[in-house]
Amino acid sequence: MSEITSDIANLTDVSFGYDESRLILDGISMSFPRGKVIAIMGGSGCGKTTILRLLAGQVTPRLGEVDFNGRSVARLSKKELYAMRRQIGFLFQFGALFSDLSVFENVAFPIREHLNLPEEMIRDLVLMKLNAVGLRGAASLFTNELSGGMARRVALARAIALDPLLMLYDEPFTGLDPISLGVVGQLIRQLNDALGTTSVLVTHDVVESLKIVDYVYFIGKGCVLASGTPEEISHTTDPFVKQFIHGEPDGPVPLHMKAPELSADFFGGAHA
Amino acid sequence: MKMLIEGLRGLGRETQAILTRLGFIARFFVALIRRTPESFVRASLTLREIYFSGVLSLAIILVSGLFIGMVLALQGYDILSTYGAGDSLGVLVALSLLRELGPVVAALLFAGRAGSAITAEIGLMKATEQLDAMDMMAVDPISRVAAPRFWGGMISMPLLAAMFSAAAILGAYAIAVPLIGMDSGAFWGNMQAAVDVRVDILNSIVKSLVFGTLVLLIAVFEGYDAKPTAEGVSSATTKTVVYSSLAILAADFILTIFMFRGV
Repeated sequence: MSEITSDIANLTDVSFGYDESRLILDGISMSFPRGKVIAIMGGSGCGKTTILRLLAGQVTPRLGEVDFNGRSVARLSKKELYAMRRQIGFLFQFGALFSDLSVFENVAFPIREHLNLPEEMIRDLVLMKLNAVGLRGAASLFTNELSGGMARRVALARAIALDPLLMLYDEPFTGLDPISLGVVGQLIRQLNDALGTTSVLVTHDVVESLKIVDYVYFIGKGCVLASGTPEEISHTTDPFVKQFIHGEPDGPVPLHMKAPELSADFFGGAHA
Repeated sequence: MKMLIEGLRGLGRETQAILTRLGFIARFFVALIRRTPESFVRASLTLREIYFSGVLSLAIILVSGLFIGMVLALQGYDILSTYGAGDSLGVLVALSLLRELGPVVAALLFAGRAGSAITAEIGLMKATEQLDAMDMMAVDPISRVAAPRFWGGMISMPLLAAMFSAAAILGAYAIAVPLIGMDSGAFWGNMQAAVDVRVDILNSIVKSLVFGTLVLLIAVFEGYDAKPTAEGVSSATTKTVVYSSLAILAADFILTIFMFRGV
């Protein structure tokens, strides 16, 4: 049996790269305490989503250890990995709803696949999940009839269908209007507390996430640059974090990509 | 000299890429076959695919069959009667349909109608992360999405080919007997005497099973392997139709050598 530890998941000295030449994560360590909402922030392409993929066992680290609920994810067989994933809910950036199924059937999908329940019970469960995200009234709609914010909430209802131990959110706030943004933010917090799960959200929406999370990791250059509670983060003196949370165009992360001297490009004919 | 070496290198790279891809397809095929039982335990998934690739292809298969049969009768009677063998029209029509045209044309139509649809559907599911989402929900996309489509098509293919031949023979009858005035007894009687169950009908079924395997493997694989972009899905769909048409014609040539040499 897996031992009960205070952390639901841990990354220990993890290095990972999609190709041989470049490491996206370089000896990174993070822990995800049970019952908390944790945000992972950083610029685009810094490996935030890769961390979620590592936690879910979709990719395996080149070096280091990823463990979930006391077991090393990389050492699981496919069957064990699938057993583990039943305890993890994953919210995709654009929802990834099944376009050939109705809203009801989308939420029912994981329940039908994994549990052998009578139809009335499935109906009650699905309506409860949809009610939790405020969309019980949309059960009979098809996915092409939903707005972006509604689709995100339906996907959230589907992700929590099996009452996961760990919820992973990939950019949950991207492309939402301010009202939907607030709704999704509140839902993440409320569902976390109501279901007693742990939530990890990857985001670059500083304002919205600092309102709801318990702990923040800032990552860049393959490692953790800063971490702390929202309170600590807002008073940080770290120049990178300051630039990030205040949205300053220039700072430790430069505005300009590395390029030859301006004079060389315009007068020297480097690319001619 | 340098150009020659470069050329050889390029050739080597190309060959390696083709072999790697063939290896991928072979592994994918094994994965599909290993998930066969699940497609039949959850029969509703496969039945749904039989409806989409089989039932919905019926119209194009029957109409094309009817026309091909009518053309065969017109052309065949014209030539046969020159040699005084107009009575053998039924034999000509039945043998050319059962041995060649039935399985081949039905498979080509099937590749265009159902194969392309399967590739586009799976490719779009991949592009919109639906396959990834399934995998994250601990549902294997090969057994939930790919295998039922493969087996649904495999069941439909020989049935469609048989219906194609039947429609074509009826089309040929409609031209030969009422229009040309051929004797109905000679049409059916000569046909019945010439068609052999093992050589003609069984081989026809074997052909359509082989073509079905090729079309469906290519269709499902191309969808699964499509780049997750709009261009990726469109190019995968094109590849399905082109590759499966070529594969059908090449396989038909090889099968014909083994089946009908010396018959």
